[in-house]
Amino acid sequence: MGLTLSWLSVIILIPLAGLFLKSFELSPEQFWAILASRRTLNALRVSFGLAFAAACVNLVMGSIIVWALVRYRFPGRRLFDAIVDVPFALPTAVAGVALTALFAEKGWLGAPLAALGIKVAFTPVGIFVAMIFIGIPFVVRTVQPVLQDLDPEIEEAAGSLGASRWQTIIRVILPSLAPALLTGLALAFARAVGEYGSVIFIAGNLPNVSEIAPLLIVIRLSEFRYADATAIAVVMLVVSFLIIFAVNRLQRWAQSRIPAR
Amino acid sequence: MTIEVRNLIKKFGSFAALDGVDLKVDNGELLALLGPSGSGKTTLLRIIAGLDWPDSGDVSFNGEDALAQGARERHVGFVFQHYALFRHMTVFENVAFGLRVQPRAVRKDEATIRARVKELLDLVQLDWLADRYPSQLSGGQRQRIALARALAIEPRILLLDEPFGALDAKVRKELRRWLRSLHHEINVTSIFVTHDQEEALEVANRVVVMDKGRIEQIGSPDDVYESPASAFVHGFIGESIELPVQVDGGVVRLGDRQLPLAADGLVPGASKLFVRRHDMLVGPPGSGAFEGAVQHVRNFGPVQRAEVALSGGETIEIDAPRDRELRAGDTIGLEPRRYRIFAG
Repeated sequence: MGLTLSWLSVIILIPLAGLFLKSFELSPEQFWAILASRRTLNALRVSFGLAFAAACVNLVMGSIIVWALVRYRFPGRRLFDAIVDVPFALPTAVAGVALTALFAEKGWLGAPLAALGIKVAFTPVGIFVAMIFIGIPFVVRTVQPVLQDLDPEIEEAAGSLGASRWQTIIRVILPSLAPALLTGLALAFARAVGEYGSVIFIAGNLPNVSEIAPLLIVIRLSEFRYADATAIAVVMLVVSFLIIFAVNRLQRWAQSRIPAR
Repeated sequence: MTIEVRNLIKKFGSFAALDGVDLKVDNGELLALLGPSGSGKTTLLRIIAGLDWPDSGDVSFNGEDALAQGARERHVGFVFQHYALFRHMTVFENVAFGLRVQPRAVRKDEATIRARVKELLDLVQLDWLADRYPSQLSGGQRQRIALARALAIEPRILLLDEPFGALDAKVRKELRRWLRSLHHEINVTSIFVTHDQEEALEVANRVVVMDKGRIEQIGSPDDVYESPASAFVHGFIGESIELPVQVDGGVVRLGDRQLPLAADGLVPGASKLFVRRHDMLVGPPGSGAFEGAVQHVRNFGPVQRAEVALSGGETIEIDAPRDRELRAGDTIGLEPRRYRIFAG
């Protein structure tokens, strides 16, 4: 108990407290001025907006992947199951370089897309793609165990009670998975907001267009504008904290209804 | 509703789960499908429910082809061994599910649904649990809720797959009696699957004994117990003494000893002699068809169970009344009051 608390304090709480203290060096007016500047707002908008969009895409595609992995037996299933973890394991910079090469105008995917007039690398679309890439395992790995636990018999039960396939999905399967789906969504979102390594390679990093908040923090630091950096960091911290808090509440809500068996 | 099943065949790979099954179920019957695991009883039940499809054969309800319909259209109540309740719904919503998913044209209004669910919860005597979640119930309660849920759609047929299989012995006994009286009350054609002979004999009007994808015997509980149609049924239902015998030239031999048993109408060759444990009467040495030495005696209430080594070397267990105490070491004569001999 004592050890846990001390360790958590040293590793997590003290650095966070330091961050807040640093931001108090600014007066409230200065603080708001930094946040309200066009460049900061755009960076935050790019980070949170694209992260949320990417998390939503991951929610849908992740659910489909999970369904296939759990419910079907096909050749190479275990291989695909392992591939899901690649974005977890890959150093993010490697992922960034790989994605950039792939989507650059001469890349395997970039060239055909460029022919269609779609530019991915060095635009916000590139950030979006990178965020999807790094977020997918969060949805898959959160939902997978819950779906495995879900007895196929309940679908048969719903069917024999007269429910159509669609009613079975909407009324039985999705509500049973909902807590896990929401948790997966939140985790994928949190990860995408904080993502730095893989994004900066593909983003192009144009201020106000494709500049993410973590990059702006790094830029401010390199300009020795520490207070500015901390102010942005505090906003990101608060949002992240709210997300984690929401995830916790969701899990507790889910457990109160469906205790672990 | 009558159910008729004709020449049903279902294979899983090379394993024949059903190997030509014919069965007629009368309106209002409570029928038990009894057999060891792998005998095909659950497969038969699932095909009747529309949860599985046969490779060939027919299923009809009241003369109309049931295989043309999916599970959803068949209007069959199905109760699963592991309840299959919806974990995220209250007991009330579980029972109401079948009413809420009806097509809009025939769906009842909310007040009617609530009244119907209340009525069903009263029927299974669990109305006080309406707001709980399934995880907060005991196994026996869950199974009763599963039954109420299945009854909500006013099924034409009720099918129960090992309904008491996951419950402990005491709860099972209570629920058996309860199921029989419930069936008496609602009188819907019902089939339940079990591997527990006591359950089948106690609850059902008729028992279907299955083995290896085939029906061995169909009959009343008395029929299958008193006049088993095959060696399998005799061995599976009730506790039997089984002895390998040889039938030839109108005599029955056990080893090299000739037994004074009638062999009329028996097929010559290797056969099996079956005697119920309590049908082996004990007499003084030299009397009866067999002679043996008592090895052990244990008392079970009104009977004593004795392990007896026959003079030919075989060991059997008999149940004898307590009026004549047996002791280890006694030599006794044994006469089968009733017996059956099956070829094979």
